[in-house]
Amino acid sequence: MTFFRQLFTILVKDLRLEWRTREAMSAMLLFAILVLVIFNFTFNPDRELVLIIGPGILWVAFTFAGVLGLNRAFAAEHENGCLSGVLLTPIDRGGIYLGKWLANLVFTLVAEAILLPFFALFFNLTLTSELPVLLLVCLLGTIGFTAVGTLLAAVSANTRLREVMLPILLFPITVPVIIGAVESTGLILNHETAGLRDLLRLLILYDIIFLVSSTLLFDFVLEE
Amino acid sequence: MSGPELAPFAVEAAGVAKRFGRITALKSVDLSVRTGSVTTLFGHNGAGKTTFLRIAAGLMRSSGGHLKIAGRDSVKEAAQIRGRIGVVSHQLFLYEDLTALENLRFYGDLYGIDRPEERCHEVLEQVELTHRANSRARHFSRGMAQRLAIARAFLHRPDILLLDEPYTGLDQRAVGRLNGLIDRFREGHHTVLLTTHDHHLGFTMATDIAILRRGEVIHTSSVGDLSEAEFDALYERSLQ
Repeated sequence: MTFFRQLFTILVKDLRLEWRTREAMSAMLLFAILVLVIFNFTFNPDRELVLIIGPGILWVAFTFAGVLGLNRAFAAEHENGCLSGVLLTPIDRGGIYLGKWLANLVFTLVAEAILLPFFALFFNLTLTSELPVLLLVCLLGTIGFTAVGTLLAAVSANTRLREVMLPILLFPITVPVIIGAVESTGLILNHETAGLRDLLRLLILYDIIFLVSSTLLFDFVLEE
Repeated sequence: MSGPELAPFAVEAAGVAKRFGRITALKSVDLSVRTGSVTTLFGHNGAGKTTFLRIAAGLMRSSGGHLKIAGRDSVKEAAQIRGRIGVVSHQLFLYEDLTALENLRFYGDLYGIDRPEERCHEVLEQVELTHRANSRARHFSRGMAQRLAIARAFLHRPDILLLDEPYTGLDQRAVGRLNGLIDRFREGHHTVLLTTHDHHLGFTMATDIAILRRGEVIHTSSVGDLSEAEFDALYERSLQ
């Protein structure tokens, strides 16, 4: 069995489980929409303020939703010791990581695709012309965030305070990605192109580093 | 799945130890399980039976000692060993929101078995769950879930079965089915290492027995060497 087929098997299983329960997606969306509503009511921002604080608010909503999804990612694996069952098979540990990461990436991107129109609606923004570049930033930011998040979700799933432990471990490490994504989003909303290319390069670099290192480290975090 | 290379021992443990911080779960386990045997590992709660089986399955690293599975080093050749072992544990390894068939297909794909659909139906029939193939594991009783876990362990035609309390939750009929499966499994020169608190079942199924006390094997013998009553007396004496 090829590496990619193993990876695909894990991805399909996670997608099927989420389709059946809709636990992660409903929690992610509900929480992120609440975040957007609260910020909207708290600041009641005009257009000028939206262009300053909007990118930060958007990525707060994305990352909070992402953490909820990541916490759920290994919950099903720990029910009945399923992760042990997977570890008993001859599958490459990197394949397990990449399958779980791809599933998390899909969940988070779907949530972001639903949240973007809400963001535009609450903050009175028209995103039509900026949408392709904004989607690219969302993709690059989410790849880096979920790459580290999947690794740390596996670490925190074995701890007693897993819901608290994941954000404590995750946010300090993903600061570069989040800052890069917020800065890029700010430039896009302000129709500025200077510096955007460099920020996108930085995001790509972080994504590669986080994805490769997490794949290599996954075997060690699974050890009892 | 390729057949065993017929190493004389399916499991060879020499001084296997396991510590969790200051707690010693296994002091020093020396145990040789003959290829083709059914070896029952007896011992009180906390003796270290489950820990030893988890180390043998590759789910846990030992803190010391050496372990060979089918003649291969359990650490250096872990990936090659994994596909040759089937495990039934306290944990069922089943996704509750997948159906019985989906659970087996998932594991079958990870093991890379030939003709997975056919094989999944075959093992479901062996544990009498064909009629519930499309029911989610969440809706199974404990006994049915245990039967599905047993089907999962047999799915990839392993050479060595590690069974940790496999009779948990099974009714009389299911116990008979499992014993039949173990008997047929052994006929193929395969090996079973099992733990159970049911002395009668453990003794009657075994060809060899071992007693574990506080992380050490204190007795090993062939079942032919003693009667069940003699074993019961020996067990009580050895654990005092």
